[in-house]
Amino acid sequence: MANKNKKKNRLIFRIIVLIVLAAATVFALYSTLTKGDQEVIREGDQAPNFQLKTVNMEQDTLSLGELEGKGVMLNFWGTWCPPCKKEMPYMQELYPEYKEKGVEIVAVSLDDSRLVIEDFLNDYGLTFPILHDKTYQVNDAYGVGYLPATFFINEDGEVVNKVVGGLTLDKLEGHLQEIVPES
Amino acid sequence: MNKIKCECGHINPEGTVLCESCGKPVEQNQHIDGNKHNKLLNMRYDGSARRSQTYNKSFVDKIWNFFSSVKVGVWLIAITLLASSLGTIFPQEMNNQSALPADEYYEVNYGLAGKIYYQLGFHDLYGSWWYMLLIASIGISLVICSIDRVVPLYRALKKQKPVRHESFLKRQRVFGEAENVTDEEKATLLKQLKERRFKVMEQDGHLLAEKGRFSRWGPYVNHIGLIIFLIGALLRFVPAMYVDEQLWVREGETEVIPGTEGEYYIKNEDFFVEVYDENDERYKEAIQKEGGSVPKNYQTDAVLYQRTDDSLPGAEPELEKVKEGSIQVNRPLKIDGFGLYQTTYQLNEFKSMSFKLHEKGDPNEESLGEITVDLIDPKKEYKLDNGYRVVLDKYYPEFKMENGEPITESKYPRNPALVFNIYTPENPNEPEVSMLGVGFNIDPSESNDYKLGITNVEMRDVTGLTITKDLTLPILGLGGFIFMIGVIQGMYWNHRRIWVQPRENGLWIAGHTNKNWYGLKRDIQQVIAGTSIPEPNDQLERKE
Repeated sequence: MANKNKKKNRLIFRIIVLIVLAAATVFALYSTLTKGDQEVIREGDQAPNFQLKTVNMEQDTLSLGELEGKGVMLNFWGTWCPPCKKEMPYMQELYPEYKEKGVEIVAVSLDDSRLVIEDFLNDYGLTFPILHDKTYQVNDAYGVGYLPATFFINEDGEVVNKVVGGLTLDKLEGHLQEIVPES
Repeated sequence: MNKIKCECGHINPEGTVLCESCGKPVEQNQHIDGNKHNKLLNMRYDGSARRSQTYNKSFVDKIWNFFSSVKVGVWLIAITLLASSLGTIFPQEMNNQSALPADEYYEVNYGLAGKIYYQLGFHDLYGSWWYMLLIASIGISLVICSIDRVVPLYRALKKQKPVRHESFLKRQRVFGEAENVTDEEKATLLKQLKERRFKVMEQDGHLLAEKGRFSRWGPYVNHIGLIIFLIGALLRFVPAMYVDEQLWVREGETEVIPGTEGEYYIKNEDFFVEVYDENDERYKEAIQKEGGSVPKNYQTDAVLYQRTDDSLPGAEPELEKVKEGSIQVNRPLKIDGFGLYQTTYQLNEFKSMSFKLHEKGDPNEESLGEITVDLIDPKKEYKLDNGYRVVLDKYYPEFKMENGEPITESKYPRNPALVFNIYTPENPNEPEVSMLGVGFNIDPSESNDYKLGITNVEMRDVTGLTITKDLTLPILGLGGFIFMIGVIQGMYWNHRRIWVQPRENGLWIAGHTNKNWYGLKRDIQQVIAGTSIPEPNDQLERKE
């Protein structure tokens, strides 16, 4: 009997040791392979809230929370970025139609000087809200690396699509349709 | 598990090579480790059972046995060493400055070999899954090997009795027979053993003299050190334990310190580089040899702030000054476990430009007013005296012409170009346009009566800081320290045992040590000095 118990104890001991070691290994592997990804917002994630100064709105600041219940297309761009410039007219073209449907287009500029953004939106005749992320904090919160980067967020604040790189008019419309609120 | 009963009556676990009680070789197990009749005894682990070696039962036991093998452990280390050396053939991804992404870089630069190198993950060796797995396997092997050996060895050394089987003594490497030994001589022997600081156990006239047993634990102590070290390395993956980030801060700007979750901010008050005085007698020669300016100091004067509110990302934070100081190379500014180190810099980025307005034909260029444009955050309109007005129509921080169009290449004012509309009292509604930049001042219509001339340029520097936090260092240090204790323990001491067995008309003497046989033999010489006991033979030497 004692013998049998001893054997059982040994087995349990070995299982525990192996589990602890395997867990440590899995942890190390997982951490290495996902390193740098942790701060990136991906499809299916909840879009982090933020608050930024506006460039072309009456109110001084805008937060994502204020747009609750709407679909939000969140576009990160800069005036120096050619593909960003290219997709701006498409966004302007679709904006009035989708605003009616409950989708807000919000473009976050990463430029340093406000003047440059103002000039740009005058030249392009942009009417959708432009925000100014001078300190890159919102950019970092969303883990944006390359510009332009666009997040399509549904009425529940969930990221439905993330697109890195310029969008065509067709693709843009397709993604916008997906975040039109149901009610 | 089967048990084996020795003729002395002791019951040994299966796999035992030498009876735990009397030391007699266990018949069935003499094949283990080449333990044959005519050979010397294999004293590894004192002949106790390294149990997992002898049976293979469940799946768990099989895994356990795999990792408990020293052979497997040595192979794992050898493979890791090989992989590590292969990883130095081409540069690691993190060290190459190329603009090409890694998947192109290696193939472009090193051809097919480079492609294979990249695909096998050698380009980021320490981040590749199989390398991690190898290191983890070594760690597992270390833990299991230790557990598997330290327990039986402990048992064997704890249980050893002075009375040993004849064949145990006979088949020790150091063995000698003495006849006609008197009781006085035996007493001398005992006394001299104690004088040589042996711990002596006695049982029915049998002696076991032992010293330096603790050195047997050296390898296990250094294994514990290594395991603690590995745990420390593992904890580096926990974000709260380890931070290593880069940050650029321009003079006059305040930035959030990465890794602090938006809690701390740093303001760069001033960055400067100092060089050694070229006229200094002491250094003159060396400086000339170096071909001019030799840097003496890189320094950022910084102010640290802590956020006092709980604002959202992007929102203007409320900051409270917590610390002020300078950051120099190897002299970081520290806050809350974070160290801010000076790592790099950029000098002379444009900060502001000043212009004066004058009449184009005026040979004295008499000023009609001056404006200063902040290139980080320029104003749209600048009003001058006497009804003159300057409007900044376009601003390109890093100006470039592309397909006949002026564009900016980045948001940083590295090559600023500005287009001004100048409104004069004579023509308040029809502006004159002029375009200015570094090295040019254009009048596009070639009919301007007024001109803006650059009077001053202000530059600023950018400091590059590294932010580190490492709470694993004490753990790594502790692991290293324990490892060293283990090494010293095993290196500078050795485990010596001398058995003395009374025979009808004399005695047998045998000795064993894990290393330094010369030392053991010298110990024995001194112990038997003054007696008629002959010096025991080294059976290994005799055979050779």
